[in-house]
Amino acid sequence: MTTLLEAHKLTKHFPLRRGLFGADPGAVRAVDGVSFTIEAGRTLGVVGESGCGKSTTAKLVLKLEEPTAGEIRFEGRALQTLNAEGLRQYRRSVQAVFQDPFASLNPRMRVDAIIAEPLITNEKVGKAQARERVGKLLDMVGLPARSADLFPHEFSGGQRQRIAIARALALSPKLVVLDEPVSALDVSIRAQILNLLVDLQRDLGLAYLFIAHDLAAVAHMSHSIAVMYLGQLVEYGAAKTVAADPKHPYTQALFSAALPSHPDESRDEIILTGEVPSPVNPPSGCRFHPRCPHVLPRCAPEVPRLRTAFGRETACHLYDPAP
Amino acid sequence: MTDRPLLELDRLSAHYVTGRGSRVVRAVDEVSLTLQKGETLGVVGESGSGKTTLALAILRLLPTAAKIVSGALRFDGEDLLAKSPTEMRKIRGKRIAMILQDPMASLNPLFTVGDQVGESLRVHENASRRSARERAGALLKSVKIPAAVQRLREYPHQMSGGMRQRIVGAIAIACEPRLLIADEPTTSLDVTIQAQYLKLLREIQREHGLALIFITHNLGIVARMCDSVAVMYAGRVIESGPVRRIFNAPVHPYTRALIESIPRLGEGPERLTAIDGQPPDLASLPAGCSFQARCPRVMDHCREEAPPAFDIATQHLARCWLARP
Repeated sequence: MTTLLEAHKLTKHFPLRRGLFGADPGAVRAVDGVSFTIEAGRTLGVVGESGCGKSTTAKLVLKLEEPTAGEIRFEGRALQTLNAEGLRQYRRSVQAVFQDPFASLNPRMRVDAIIAEPLITNEKVGKAQARERVGKLLDMVGLPARSADLFPHEFSGGQRQRIAIARALALSPKLVVLDEPVSALDVSIRAQILNLLVDLQRDLGLAYLFIAHDLAAVAHMSHSIAVMYLGQLVEYGAAKTVAADPKHPYTQALFSAALPSHPDESRDEIILTGEVPSPVNPPSGCRFHPRCPHVLPRCAPEVPRLRTAFGRETACHLYDPAP
Repeated sequence: MTDRPLLELDRLSAHYVTGRGSRVVRAVDEVSLTLQKGETLGVVGESGSGKTTLALAILRLLPTAAKIVSGALRFDGEDLLAKSPTEMRKIRGKRIAMILQDPMASLNPLFTVGDQVGESLRVHENASRRSARERAGALLKSVKIPAAVQRLREYPHQMSGGMRQRIVGAIAIACEPRLLIADEPTTSLDVTIQAQYLKLLREIQREHGLALIFITHNLGIVARMCDSVAVMYAGRVIESGPVRRIFNAPVHPYTRALIESIPRLGEGPERLTAIDGQPPDLASLPAGCSFQARCPRVMDHCREEAPPAFDIATQHLARCWLARP
């Protein structure tokens, strides 16, 4: 397996506006020292609740945001060191599919123009050639060829998401960032899109960065899973290991809160108290300690480091022998 | 089963009529349901399946374009369809309450939380300003809002999404209703907050002996919360029955596909059962069964005649020709 993308201590802080008396107002620590790797042809799932930094992570990978610190390496080369041509190559290799297919497609463009746009801006292709490529892409995502002449409003949510996927595939990317790709779709349509994504990965060798709040869908799609809480990784490892036997108390609570797929499926419900604190002023030590059911005295003063335990990495003092 | 059901719908139909009658949308079509006291019923369906219209029809809050065209609707033995608007107003919020999907849209940003929680007490029970405020404080405590008394003076924007949804819950239970209809109450909440909220609803239900109707697209909520379930498709209840029975032995191909299409935790990346195609246009439903175009087991008869509700077992009904005895 080859490593396609590597994030090393990735950090993104959004500074707040200076207050009236010039006091330093601090910053929203959206992503704080996150490291992960994405293998070629594999899926990394990122889960966490709103405000945990998963969408900011996606934006950093897409280079829609510049990191405050840390680096991203793509095929072994750090993005900061790339020249204009290198960056253009990078942007072609990394594409995205967003949550809401009603907002991500221009209502004034016909489907063929939407799908061909990345081809025309990035490659010198003629009209006939572009048209042919659009036909192939539509076929790949399971839409009839006549869709090319229609407008987005003539399609249902699931079909629009197929158009968005076709556009993402137009430049034969190596990595596709999927930010909640099925959350806006109806239940009976979700399985269609998830199946399509699995097929495309197998046929084209795509790598996915799959971001969703639906844990079962992430566990289903991913080879490895990263669990984020308030901008930091709390658990990271092979999808099967993490989903079947979560170790970090936050992951445990998250998975136990996931809804069952059958009424007989009884899981110990761990109900967390309180809500996610503000990322402007996160709790000291382990950021999860005010809500943690297993909190230890050292959790408030001491920051737990990610370390290997039970075949995955987890940042928790429970698995860290006392110093 | 000697008890009189709390809520009874008998072949209730609510249609939207637009374009001077040229276009009829059968949003709710011949829906029959019963709900006992203290029971939880899940109504599942995709967007456009008529589940929200059904909730609005029970409360008689349909928009002007929609009319209840036939059927019966009884609550606690009373015929709700015969009630005048004034009488309905006395039922809504007092005996039947509703929680809507978006807590931000259901709270007024210009009034304090205390005013809004106390409002229904003042309206329905003629409570004095002071006693409404006191009881509002107790209600906020019962939905587990920390520092409840101070919170009474705050405005909705000062609270998080989970807390706002709790306040909407407090408003709903203020007058101790017998029936609470929750329309996608947790869709806008995070997973761990959703778990908190569902637990709270269960506690409230147990304490007050409340009957609940959960309107949702999420079968997981049904699996966790409900005693019985009604699956809606294109305005009709295509299958209904006790939750365990429906999950273990679904009869209608749509129900079966819906259950199989949800990814399960702890299973590998094998293919999910997808339902091809998409729901039909309610204004131009095909003759026969409305699921025929997507059904993997469609027969010639399905295209000719819509299936009636067949009895499968006690309380288990399915509208499918496959279930014909």
